[in-house]
Amino acid sequence: MEIPLEHVIGLSALLFAIGTVGALTRRNLIVILMSIELMLNAANLAFVGFARAWNSVDGHIFVLMVIVVAAAEVAVGLGIVIALFRNRESVNVEDVSLLRW
Amino acid sequence: MEALVPVLIKTLFIILVAVAAFAPVITWVERKQSAVMQDRIGANRADIAGITVLGLLHPVADVIKLLTKEDVVPTGANRALHLMAPLIASIPVIASFGVIPYGGTYHFGDTTVNLVVADLDWGVLYIFAIASIATYGTVIAGWASNNNWSLLGSLRASAQMISYEVTMGLSIVGLFMCFQTLRLTEMGVAQDSTFRILGFLEHFGFVESLGWLSHLTLPTWGILLQPLAFVLFLTCVMAENKRPPFDLPEGESEIIAGYFLEYSGMRFGLFYMSEFIEVVVIAALMTALFLGGWTIPWLSQADIIGGVTPIFGVGVATGLCMLLHVVAFFAKVILMIWLQMQIRWTLPRPRYDQVMDLCWKVMLPLSLANILVTGLVILVLQGARA
Amino acid sequence: MSAPAVFFYAFGAAAVLSALSMVLHLRNTVAAAMSLVVTMISLAVVYVVLDAHLVAALQIMVYAGAIVVVFLFVVMLLNLRHDVFAQRRERLVKLAGVVLALGAAFAFLQLVPNSLPTVQEIPADFGSYAAVGRALYRDFVLPFEISSLLLLAAIVGAVVLAKRRLS
Repeated sequence: MEIPLEHVIGLSALLFAIGTVGALTRRNLIVILMSIELMLNAANLAFVGFARAWNSVDGHIFVLMVIVVAAAEVAVGLGIVIALFRNRESVNVEDVSLLRW
Repeated sequence: MEALVPVLIKTLFIILVAVAAFAPVITWVERKQSAVMQDRIGANRADIAGITVLGLLHPVADVIKLLTKEDVVPTGANRALHLMAPLIASIPVIASFGVIPYGGTYHFGDTTVNLVVADLDWGVLYIFAIASIATYGTVIAGWASNNNWSLLGSLRASAQMISYEVTMGLSIVGLFMCFQTLRLTEMGVAQDSTFRILGFLEHFGFVESLGWLSHLTLPTWGILLQPLAFVLFLTCVMAENKRPPFDLPEGESEIIAGYFLEYSGMRFGLFYMSEFIEVVVIAALMTALFLGGWTIPWLSQADIIGGVTPIFGVGVATGLCMLLHVVAFFAKVILMIWLQMQIRWTLPRPRYDQVMDLCWKVMLPLSLANILVTGLVILVLQGARA
Repeated sequence: MSAPAVFFYAFGAAAVLSALSMVLHLRNTVAAAMSLVVTMISLAVVYVVLDAHLVAALQIMVYAGAIVVVFLFVVMLLNLRHDVFAQRRERLVKLAGVVLALGAAFAFLQLVPNSLPTVQEIPADFGSYAAVGRALYRDFVLPFEISSLLLLAAIVGAVVLAKRRLS
């Protein structure tokens, strides 16, 4: 392979780190969900890179499963965001830090 | 780098034919078609020194008008996204021509010519992927304009396009099962043959009783193997294109012009042109998938070359075959464009909930049933053969 | 440098830059979502370079074509215009950045060089829909079927959550 596996994994780690920073520092629920998508994408990239290195399509199957989980997560997560916005008029996580209201 | 030259020539050809030649003429066809439907004469006023050429100069006048108009960005709009949206809407449409073959593979001595820009193994998937990117142009255009009507238009567009993408993918799975490939060139080759209409009965022991009926053949075109898929897929791609009767995102009588309400000049022109280019894309894709692509019914490539070679030699025969195929392809494309024009000027616009109901409650179950039935038939035929 | 390598590094850089601007720079939620789309599409190109053709197509179809459109749909439905960063954002960003940089540096210097497999030769149809489909429907049928249950549960959950109105 022309592209060293180290570089693929490095790119994946970089994207995962960026996603983590987003999920930890942003306060908009929608952006937090997007950062989590970014982290899932970084994991997918690692799967694809390793699949290429090991000559095994199992990694690609894992990516498909991750995509399924991501789609499910977004559907439910955004459903929660809409329900939250109905009740609180806000998508800021700091407005929903109480366990009851 | 030598491999790049043929690709560039083919790209240039498809852009010149489909984008620069077909699309402007279609705007004229659209006007004439609406005139026929409404018992008018239609566009015939644009002239150069009194010569009108049936109104064919209107596309030229349109382009000059659009290019010289002021390009307005409304106050409060997100400037960068507002300017980018027409590009996001139009580039994927042109890019989807890349995998559609407009001719087969021909051998001239040692050189092989195949008339497709990129012969991808996952060609149909590429088109689906590209089509799903085109959604952003619409969605972003409406949001960035900072106008409530535009926003409503984008909301409608995003929901409509995502919904119809699902059915669009599922509706032609039956076709993949028949042709056993996703590569559009292989699909074309698979459609370059015939099948005996009653041939399947032989597996069940009816050979003698059929008589001359057993010699009736039909081309193995997608539309004949999967008629339901043809109707479903055509409906879906027309809904993706957002032209009437699926023009809810524009809905001029309800939300004025929807997502491109705040666009003027050539940026409006890009939205307008990309709709017409997409009409050509749809026609070309329907041709490649369902109408046998470049093939001529009952006359396979081997037949043509074999028939002409004794008279003119192999080189001329292959060249002639190539020419015939390209002409056949574009003839079919014109037929599909005509069909779309008929539908566009015949059907009224349904309500939004009816459009969504049609997608989720009628077409999705039908396409799933189509997959199931196709699978069963293939299994039964395989069992009968074995 | 060969063409695939150029594509890998160019689009890898594009993915990182757009991800950075999404996370750190853009306050506008729609602009952030569009930035995420750029990341997704760049990653799809990277997948093509890595011979994962089916995954690349699905990446664009599902991630860029459906998931982010749903994000945009919700943002537009709620008509969110501007996003405020948290008060403690600066400190949080610094802390998270330092921790992650240290972790990444440790991983790169210690773990990665010692544990990566040597790259093997791959067959010509590696990562095509045929190869992946064969594995998916033969070796991984059960996970595949279970994932359909997960999607069903997600559909029901989303409908219940989004449709409930307070009377």
